[in-house]
Amino acid sequence: MSRTVRLCLALGLCVIAALALAILIGETGFDRGQYAAAFGDPTSGPWEVLWQVRAPRAVCALAVGAALGLAGAVMQGLLRNPLADPGVLGVSATAALGAALAIVMGGAAVPGLVEISALIGAGLAGAMLIAASSAMRAPEALILFGVALSSFAGALTALIFNLSPSPIAQAEVMSWLLGSVQNRSWVDVAWVTPAVLVSAVFAVLASPGLKMLTLGDEGAATSGLSMGRLRAFALIAAALATGAAVAVAGVIGFVGLAAPHLVRAAVRGDAGRILAPSALSGGLMLVIADLLARLTPTDQELKLGVFTALIGAPLFALIAWRAAREWRL
Amino acid sequence: MSLLSLEKVSARLGKQAVLNGVDLTVGAGEVVALCGPNGAGKSSAIRAAVGLAPLTGGAVRLDGDDLRGLSHRQRAERVAYLPQERRIAWNLPAFEVAALGAPFLSGGDAMARAEAALIEVGAGHLIDRGVADMSGGERARVLLARALVVGAPLLLADEPIAGLDPDAQRLVLERLRARADAGAGVLVSLHDLTLAAGFADRVVVLDQGRVIAQGAPIEALSPTVLRSVFGLDGEWVEAPNGPLLAARRA
Repeated sequence: MSRTVRLCLALGLCVIAALALAILIGETGFDRGQYAAAFGDPTSGPWEVLWQVRAPRAVCALAVGAALGLAGAVMQGLLRNPLADPGVLGVSATAALGAALAIVMGGAAVPGLVEISALIGAGLAGAMLIAASSAMRAPEALILFGVALSSFAGALTALIFNLSPSPIAQAEVMSWLLGSVQNRSWVDVAWVTPAVLVSAVFAVLASPGLKMLTLGDEGAATSGLSMGRLRAFALIAAALATGAAVAVAGVIGFVGLAAPHLVRAAVRGDAGRILAPSALSGGLMLVIADLLARLTPTDQELKLGVFTALIGAPLFALIAWRAAREWRL
Repeated sequence: MSLLSLEKVSARLGKQAVLNGVDLTVGAGEVVALCGPNGAGKSSAIRAAVGLAPLTGGAVRLDGDDLRGLSHRQRAERVAYLPQERRIAWNLPAFEVAALGAPFLSGGDAMARAEAALIEVGAGHLIDRGVADMSGGERARVLLARALVVGAPLLLADEPIAGLDPDAQRLVLERLRARADAGAGVLVSLHDLTLAAGFADRVVVLDQGRVIAQGAPIEALSPTVLRSVFGLDGEWVEAPNGPLLAARRA
């Protein structure tokens, strides 16, 4: 059994354990009888809490985390830069702009409209990045373009927030920007899962190119692989995964940046083989983060995006510090 | 027929013309050294030969076929390119880096060839070591192995010995020479004129994007060329291990 398969199996077992914990544990404590009802009586309250509230929320966190972990690994491979992720490249910000625009225009009342707007936003960002990547070959240039795109989308979102006539819409936009999987249902799960699976297919198709890019643009361009096509696949995968994640959970930072770092050493730096473990570790991180956010005793539930940033940023600084030697090649 | 021919090749880098009607050929079994001062067009000529620099005039032919008509894979099967850039983004082990030279082989075949190529360049002991834990010279050997792994009939190396110690410089050139002796064609850009004279069958001297001289090393690098192109007062001295350039700034 290969090293990567063993890693994926171990991460998969951790994901199953985390999901089980996220479903069994919550703010409302159950006694033995209530747990029995939760597993035996579909008409009971405990059953409702476990399988219609906690389970879809946990699975949503898993799918969103996996999408972000996958998108982060693809972006880092594509740009050969450990600091790249959908947030840095403006895909998250543009998706959030799409969602904010739909909310202030009253789209929240139409089922699916806000989500589709977020996907369109991510798609537009992806299309702009594809166009930019064919015009500017240097990965640093693409990162600068992404930073500019992110700032511009952020500015437009702030403008929408500023000019929004309704305080309710403002609150909804704010909630979107903070990121959460609270109150997500099986409908949301059904929405996000196919998008993540399709993006995973594109990511797998792009993986030989991502690995070849380890040698730099010129080495990859003369390797015999059709790098233009593989780059486009990678950007489609990253945009679709990010769009789906933002559509369902709003903006959740850090996961896309950190998930690949947690598994990079275990796959020995292979930018192709890192994809599946990175998606699994992103999912695992978000399931655990959401469980901790739920269990933190605060008057108002902590938003997941706030929680991941609070825990993630210092952790990321630590990882960056430890990995700095590897990056200075 | 030549493995590589550049026919009146012109190219630009931004608004600057970097190649002005360059003609050169590389045949099977020969090492051709590209020499010239910084900015002469050596790297541009090599990049044009692998399709990395878009041409503004002329044509590049691999084995008689126009490069523009070949697929990415056909190009890679005919020519292996060793870029000057030695940065490797992630800490891959050496055998994985070398195996990247053969993306169309199955995993097992690619690994077997990678191992053989690493042994060929004297890096057999580095097979499982991460490239982040290697010196610059060791990394250069691993990247050379990547270029050798597929066994392409034509090898293009852009300043492959820049920044290496004398032993590693000779090792790299000896490996390229050995491939030529086994029937491959090699085009290599070099700043060290003594090494160029010692290892190459022919030298092509470039200056400001034009071919100034080409031929047997000592003839191409004549005192006149040394003075006009390199700004050197120099002469060749016969030594036991090949010609030595004795020179000072003119």
